[in-house]
Amino acid sequence: MDKAIAEVASFTVTLMIRRFDPEVDQEPKWVDYDVEMFGTDRVLDALHKIKWEIDGSLTFRRSCAHGVCGSDAMRINGRNRLACKTLIKDLDISNPIYIEPIKGLPVEKDLIVNMEPFYQAYRDINPFLMASDTPAKERLQSPEDRARYDDTTKCILCAACTTSCPVFWTDGQYFGPAAIVNAHRFIFDSRDEGAQVRIDILNDKEGVWRCRTTFNCTEACPRGIEVTKAIAEVKQAILRGRP
Amino acid sequence: MAVIIETPNSPRTRKQANWEKYGWLFMRVSGPLLIVLIFTHLVVNLVVGDGIKAIDFAFVAGKWADPFWQVWDMAMLWLALIHGTNGMRTIVNDYVEKETLRKGLVTTLWAVGGLLILLGTLVIFTFDPCPAGAAAELLPSFCPAN
Ligand code: HEM
Ligand code: SF4
Ligand code: FES
Repeated sequence: MDKAIAEVASFTVTLMIRRFDPEVDQEPKWVDYDVEMFGTDRVLDALHKIKWEIDGSLTFRRSCAHGVCGSDAMRINGRNRLACKTLIKDLDISNPIYIEPIKGLPVEKDLIVNMEPFYQAYRDINPFLMASDTPAKERLQSPEDRARYDDTTKCILCAACTTSCPVFWTDGQYFGPAAIVNAHRFIFDSRDEGAQVRIDILNDKEGVWRCRTTFNCTEACPRGIEVTKAIAEVKQAILRGRP
Repeated sequence: MAVIIETPNSPRTRKQANWEKYGWLFMRVSGPLLIVLIFTHLVVNLVVGDGIKAIDFAFVAGKWADPFWQVWDMAMLWLALIHGTNGMRTIVNDYVEKETLRKGLVTTLWAVGGLLILLGTLVIFTFDPCPAGAAAELLPSFCPAN
């Protein structure tokens, strides 16, 4: 067993991190770090190593470290990923690995952005079950009805999709893919009665019609949600006037 | 500390009604129509018969003497200009942040688009290859005055 662990290859990798300290810097700047990593390590492990052993001022969010909480979405080599789900060996380690904050939201410090506009769009679509009755027991649903919106239940609100969207980059008012995904989760839920309300909300100037089907969101989603498809289904629901 | 949630079930106040849905639909309806209109137009003008050599003043005059091609060209003109202008409006909405500038650009777009549609339609339906009273040397050979 020990031998097997010892056999995991180690290598030196350069990380170029986009750093910004609002108390000192006018502009963000690239800072490079060389770290010795193993084939089993993820980008998050490299960030930890830098923070814990090289420069404690490096600032980033993470909580679960296992792809559940959605707090460590960042732009790694130009693509939005979770640092905790990206193995370093899967990247091109013959070149530096570029790490930036996700785009389109105000940078607060280093890799931390202000998520408030993102959460506001989420709140605006009423992300909760809207039902008029007060049932004495659970609301039943057939497996088929449950399957209808299964994909969009997987969202962890990491913002990888919304901040990969070129429409969101230039127009911060756009609701963005994540809000639409979470609206989809309720619009197509047979137990929910708020579909019309959400359809009305997303038929906004800054709603689903801003989407240009670039598929960046689908590509970015660490949960493998077919985000662009969900947006298209919401567009269809708005055209029909019902789910 | 009690957390007060403000009536989460009340629908968000509606923003201004808008035409985005119809704009989106129009792009998807006009697109396929334009494929048929434009490619037929190109084939008829440039490929069939004598091909590109056939195009001259008389060729155009001949087409616009036929109500079929008048309607065809009008459809192409209207659809392409509304489609193109609406597409440019989308791009302006994407990139322009200052509201006054955005409004100004969008208004300019529709003004120019509208003017081109108006002039184009006027030409298609009032086109007269042999206007009465024009100097004979300016008229094409097929005019009766010659
Ligand atoms: C030949 C057939 C054509 C098809 C099938 C077509 C289709 C489309 C569609 C579906 C869109 C919407 C894209 C989106 O919202 O994601 C679009 C956008 C656009 N179209 Fe066309 N179109 C055609 C011809 C034209 C012509 C002739 C013009 C110029 C007069 C034009 C200019 C534009 C512009 C400026 C946009 C906006 C681009 C953008 O949204 O970024 N298209 N087209
Ligand atoms: S849809 Fe995917 S990428 Fe978008 S916020 Fe949810 S989990 Fe993240
Ligand atoms: S730290 Fe929780 S998802 Fe990566």
